[in-house]
Amino acid sequence: MIGNFEARIPSGSLDRKWTSHKDHSRLVSPNNRRKFEIIIVGSGLAGGSAAATLGELGYRVKCFCYQDSPRRAHSIAAQGGINAAKNYQNDGDSVYRLFYDTIKGGDFRSREANVYRLAEVSSNIIDQCVAQGVPFAREYSGYLANRSFGGAQVSRTFYARGQTGQQLLLGCYQALCRQIAAGTVQMFPQTEMLDVVIVDGHAKGIVTRNLRTGKIDNVAGDAVVLATGGYGNVFYLSTNARGCNVTATYRAYKKGALFANPCFTQIHPTCIPHSGDYQSKLTLMSESLRNDGRVWVPKRKEDCAKPPKEIPEGDRDYYLERKYPSYGNLAPRDISSRAAKEVCDEGRGVGPGGRGVYLDFADAIKRLGEETIRERYGNLFEVYEKITGENAYNVAMRIYPAVHYTMGGLWVDYNLMSNISGLFVIGEANFSDHGANRLGASALMQGLADGYFVLPYTLPNYLAGQMGRRPSNDNAEFKKAERDIRAKIDNLLKINGKRSLDSIHRELGTLLWDKCGMARSKNGLEEALGKIPELRETFWREVRVPGDGEDFNQSLERAGRVADFLEFAELMCLDALARDESCGAHFREEHQTPEGEALRDDENFADVFAWEFQGNGQIALPKLHREPLHFETVHLTQRSYK
Amino acid sequence: MNFKLRVWRQENGKANGKLVDYDAPDIPAQASLLEMLDIVNERLLLRGEEPIAFDSDCREGICGTCSLTVNGEAHGPDHPGAACELYMRKFRDGTTIVIEPFRVKSFPVIKDLVIDRSALDRIVQAGGFISARAGSAPEANSIPVPKHDADLSMEAAACIGCGACAAACPNASAMLFTAAKVSHLALLPQGEPERTRRVVSMVQAMDAEGFGNCTNTYECEAVCPAEISASFIAKLNREYSKASLRRSAGE
Repeated sequence: MIGNFEARIPSGSLDRKWTSHKDHSRLVSPNNRRKFEIIIVGSGLAGGSAAATLGELGYRVKCFCYQDSPRRAHSIAAQGGINAAKNYQNDGDSVYRLFYDTIKGGDFRSREANVYRLAEVSSNIIDQCVAQGVPFAREYSGYLANRSFGGAQVSRTFYARGQTGQQLLLGCYQALCRQIAAGTVQMFPQTEMLDVVIVDGHAKGIVTRNLRTGKIDNVAGDAVVLATGGYGNVFYLSTNARGCNVTATYRAYKKGALFANPCFTQIHPTCIPHSGDYQSKLTLMSESLRNDGRVWVPKRKEDCAKPPKEIPEGDRDYYLERKYPSYGNLAPRDISSRAAKEVCDEGRGVGPGGRGVYLDFADAIKRLGEETIRERYGNLFEVYEKITGENAYNVAMRIYPAVHYTMGGLWVDYNLMSNISGLFVIGEANFSDHGANRLGASALMQGLADGYFVLPYTLPNYLAGQMGRRPSNDNAEFKKAERDIRAKIDNLLKINGKRSLDSIHRELGTLLWDKCGMARSKNGLEEALGKIPELRETFWREVRVPGDGEDFNQSLERAGRVADFLEFAELMCLDALARDESCGAHFREEHQTPEGEALRDDENFADVFAWEFQGNGQIALPKLHREPLHFETVHLTQRSYK
Repeated sequence: MNFKLRVWRQENGKANGKLVDYDAPDIPAQASLLEMLDIVNERLLLRGEEPIAFDSDCREGICGTCSLTVNGEAHGPDHPGAACELYMRKFRDGTTIVIEPFRVKSFPVIKDLVIDRSALDRIVQAGGFISARAGSAPEANSIPVPKHDADLSMEAAACIGCGACAAACPNASAMLFTAAKVSHLALLPQGEPERTRRVVSMVQAMDAEGFGNCTNTYECEAVCPAEISASFIAKLNREYSKASLRRSAGE
């Protein structure tokens, strides 16, 4: 029983779909809005903006986050910028072009209608953020400034130094604070969602654990919105914050929500290379650096150990500029990452372990002066120096790809509702807009589009038929979910083995990075699928979770998340195996063009893969459902950035 | 590298805490302070002892979750930067490192090094926003902002909300935090309509939370990981005086 598995794309021409959909959606009158309680899990750009906006509209909102304050959600770490089709540069941008770049960037594995809507509301987002006081970069004229990002030939990216995510998040955090003060939003920080409760086929509540006191609570509502971000931390090392996890979406999946395209994970090309086993996370260097930095490796292996300055121009291989002359260093993320892996696999990588390439600013400094480069990227150069101890004004930066973002997520229809009625999923947590590869500066755009401008229209359409149907939180379904959660916590505390959580999580991450990372193959994936269940057994037999459940217990918090990653990893590999083609970030070695680019198979795989949970273990593999993607406007082509 | 640690351990908010000594041998120089604590915790766990509770999230200096006082300084000796951006190669081999939580009455200890900073959220809730309803915003370029004002506003807006300013201040004042938000919004034309109300309610909220007053010691500026200038405190004072005058004039 999978509920509503229908994309519900409105009819009509592409540019009229959203407008006419809004015109025909049901509404909830102002007097009735306060009778609805909306549960929102997550307080980043998507969850924070949705909570603030629904609060403004008069709904009663309960917002939950695991951090100690909504202002700390991981959206805060986004550096580069946010796209919008304003065409302020007069360089030929338009809603259509932003739509086309995004759908092409995603290697034609996303829905036309969703992506068009995203491009359509992008301008409203910038208006909204400016009105809130987000201090975007400006020209001397006082008007807004733009810069370029990967996968586009126009300048449409708005930014606030290298801290755009921080400023956008603070904008929506402040809007949220205003609603908290007004009493429309009740905020529950340090509270983790552990299960979704489904009553008569509708999502009507959640089970939470207060991370400070260990108290388990049942929360009933009229609808549940998940805005819990991505699952990049399944790889252990990623650019995500330590706390980012798959628990909310994975547990919803176990309650029947379909998980779409879990193998679509973005490996970001410009991160500080991995340097040792002690490392707890990887740090991103904004893609914006590729506006002025040139990527290269030595032409000959023998030169790799030399200091970069001693390698003459003629002995350098500016491989992105060579392979992709029209986009050059601004080729999209999946392509740039794979190109870096390729030159390192050839033995031409630089730095410890040979897993690094140079990002060189020498030419830009010569052309523009050190001062200009400092003004543009100063804070990024400082971060680089703190971590590596090297001064990138004098020595070329070393970078290497790292896990950064997950395009996959819970399946949603055009209204951002999952196949379970009343369960909405927004931001990175859903699968909807980025296909098989996300373009730079599009994550912030999607999170805010969903929260400010999409959900406030599509949620009332559901609520209008739900008046008075909120169950009490002592309903039997709540009691059962609570019992299951308590049992799971007790089981974790009972293992009392000899291994640490990190050691097992790290082992899982290494396995996934090797077999389900930048390149995947049938053999490798089958090997991983053999090993993951063993690792899971090791976890449940040997891990040690100290303390008890009635208290502040960070080990217990993490144990629940790692347990979910150990199950979710299998789903990811199954999806990668089933998608027997290459597309975007999903690169199956068996399917490549003669030049080594991803080779799609549109005949057989122009579909969304949506997986239905069937029970744990090999005996009950998840069931695959396919949503065919219909392209009415764009023509499917081999992506070329040459 | 090898270190000796003295770490604040406190069972919960009501219990008495104390400094406990630990050995931290064999630490990679490239590890961050938090990664060093991860290594120590892993060893404690395998010995059957309870790991040290400490808070962190992004581990790249932007989320503001870090709340450590290292060798008596908020966020430790390598300014500017949050504790997560402090690397072990900055310490002398064999040295003793003292790690405590931020010490502010308004930030009660939850456990060990983890503290409750919800007081800062309440200051923002008192008025640290521009009331712009989604849907009612005008076209973005219809509000030009001089580049100088926008840049200065951004400098104030860069605050990461960690609370180090209050931890470093002998008066446990949250003036730099409050000043940063007031200045960020007051420097922009969009912030103008609520300017008076905002500064008055935020200062009232700050006082109600039990933070002290500013006596110009500049310790806040010295430890701020976002390099927020103490001159914004002067701006806060000007804003507050102007607002008080306007209020007394019946505006």
